[in-house]
Amino acid sequence: MGQNMKILVAVKRVVDHNVKIRIKSDSQSVDKDNVRMSMNPFCKHALEEAVQIKESGKADEVVAVCVGSKKASDVLLTALAMGADRAILVQSDAELETLVIAKLLQKIVEQEKPDLVLMGKQSVDIDASQTPQMLAGLLDWGQATFVCKIGIDGKKLTVTREVDYGLQELSLNLPAVISADLGLNKPRNVALPMVMRAKKKPLNIFQVADFEVDISSRLKIEKISEPPTRSGGKNITSIDELVDEIKIISDKLEMVK
Amino acid sequence: MSILILAEYNENILSSSTSRLVGAAKKIGGEIDVLIVGDDVKNLAQQLAKIAGVNKVLLANDRVFKHQKADVLCKILKDIIIPYSHFFASSNSVGKAVIPRLAAELDFMPISDVMFIHSKNKFDRPIYAGNAIETISTKEKKILATIRSSAFVPVEQGNDAKIENVKIGEIKSKVEFIKSTNVNSDKVDLSTAAIVVAGGQAFESKENFQMLYELADVLNAGVGATRAAVDLGFAPNEMQIGVSGKIIAPELYIAIGISGALQHLAGISGAKKIIAINSDADAPMMKQADVALVGDLKTILPELIKKLAQ
Ligand SMILES: Cc1cc2nc3c(=O)[nH]c(=O)nc-3n(C[C@H](O)[C@H](O)[C@H](O)COP(=O)(O)OP(=O)(O)OC[C@H]3O[C@@H](n4cnc5c(N)ncnc54)[C@H](O)[C@@H]3O)c2cc1C
Ligand SMILES: Nc1ncnc2c1ncn2[C@@H]1O[C@H](COP(=O)(O)O)[C@@H](O)[C@H]1O
Repeated sequence: MGQNMKILVAVKRVVDHNVKIRIKSDSQSVDKDNVRMSMNPFCKHALEEAVQIKESGKADEVVAVCVGSKKASDVLLTALAMGADRAILVQSDAELETLVIAKLLQKIVEQEKPDLVLMGKQSVDIDASQTPQMLAGLLDWGQATFVCKIGIDGKKLTVTREVDYGLQELSLNLPAVISADLGLNKPRNVALPMVMRAKKKPLNIFQVADFEVDISSRLKIEKISEPPTRSGGKNITSIDELVDEIKIISDKLEMVK
Repeated sequence: MSILILAEYNENILSSSTSRLVGAAKKIGGEIDVLIVGDDVKNLAQQLAKIAGVNKVLLANDRVFKHQKADVLCKILKDIIIPYSHFFASSNSVGKAVIPRLAAELDFMPISDVMFIHSKNKFDRPIYAGNAIETISTKEKKILATIRSSAFVPVEQGNDAKIENVKIGEIKSKVEFIKSTNVNSDKVDLSTAAIVVAGGQAFESKENFQMLYELADVLNAGVGATRAAVDLGFAPNEMQIGVSGKIIAPELYIAIGISGALQHLAGISGAKKIIAINSDADAPMMKQADVALVGDLKTILPELIKKLAQ
């Protein structure tokens, strides 16, 4: 191992965030066949940060890991194209709960022994925002969620978190788990030559069964339904009408006060 | 059945979300206790004791709890939550940091962002930025969940619950607090404001964004922003509304120069009435709105503020 750190980045394959999703007729799942899939946007920020840390000379190796179906190797290819050195696919054809994913990632951490794990703050499909905190808990490592800035000084990190009431700056020792927010950086676009080069980089595939992790689900999806739709509104053309519309509500609120 | 709720506060001011979570817990029934963890929060514990329906308030008051660090909270919560069937925190930055970590440490599968409670073990939560709603049931012996507080109605005041001190051993955090920039607490709380006015990238500058604060002043409203406006530095991050920002459910939402991207709409689906002002009649926000006015915000806003102030 070099003097510098090793970074593990967990990336997830999700329905592209620009796709208008469709709920399947059985009301049990969202249609993922023939829709565009891509790397979860928040994971892109995590990966970009890892690559920038390496480029700044503070890390020796960036390893990307994904738990997903065989098809998820496409997001790992994107990760390699963006600058990861190696990729690991933990293959599972079943959809796994966040707790299971965190346990599988824990196994990978035990194998790879990274100094820092970077993850997205949330996946845009199930919007759980759980896996990074779970992994940090399982490993008994320090965590910082919703991070928009990372500074590294030897084995110490200084991070800025986007919290409800502003920004919070923390310092933590490595090893640690960090989850990335949108403000962290601007992920690079991958050009075709980068993808061609990425194809030569190593991709290791494991099966979920290779790890001793109970993958059964604890939650049951009863149904998936459409959110209530808003009935179309009316168009107004003057500021006076606008004032009236606002006053209907503000006067009512004034009355209850 | 007994439910424990983690109280939310900032800088010595309680958030109304705690009383909303009590409202949510009442849908399940059983005894409801509230826990407050912090440094110098005894007076907040007294305020919590006044929330109707609270059986008792647990107070964990110690310097180590300042800034509510996730790892430290998990260490004491492990013991505190033992007698409870449910442990709820609001889906804010503390709750989201703590609940999943605690759940994993105890080997429970938690539930994020509950927006509707069917029964003691069946809940609705949004997925895909609110474009679908998932109804899930759980068989976990202990149910740990973050709750979308804006989806629930606060309970009344009127109680004198007992306050119990929690025993605290030696605890150390792996994380050190450096500093925080805090929003002035005299502003209206965006998450629970009855009226919210919000602006987007169309404001073009931080200076123009001032118009929104003026409008908010007249209406006693909270001020929000899109991610694009935050990225451009017009507004601080805590004002962001949407799937990766705040989720709000005001009586009235006024969207000004906001296109209405899916990720933004995710934050306002609970709004009772939406008014949109946009130069583009076909912007998705205009289609969502109950009332839509086509026009340039730079001419509309100054006049609107003047007329409302009269
Ligand atoms: C993973 C992910 C998460 C995200 N999370 C969020 C989130 O939580 N919240 C969020 O807001 N966004 C979020 N975004 C970003 C989101 O996709 C949009 O990019 C963003 O909401 C657009 O902001 P906007 O409406 O200010 O800008 P634009 O989309 O550029 O819209 C500007 C609007 O202003 C109108 N306009 C222009 N000039 C004027 C004028 N003079 N007067 C009146 N109207 C005018 C235009 O017609 C247009 O409709 C997220 C994106 C991703 C990928
Ligand atoms: N299947 C997965 N494979 C790899 N990383 C994942 C997976 N699921 C979640 N993660 C990581 O956890 C983050 C938060 O996801 P979630 O907890 O699902 O909202 C993601 O941005 C990823 O970094």
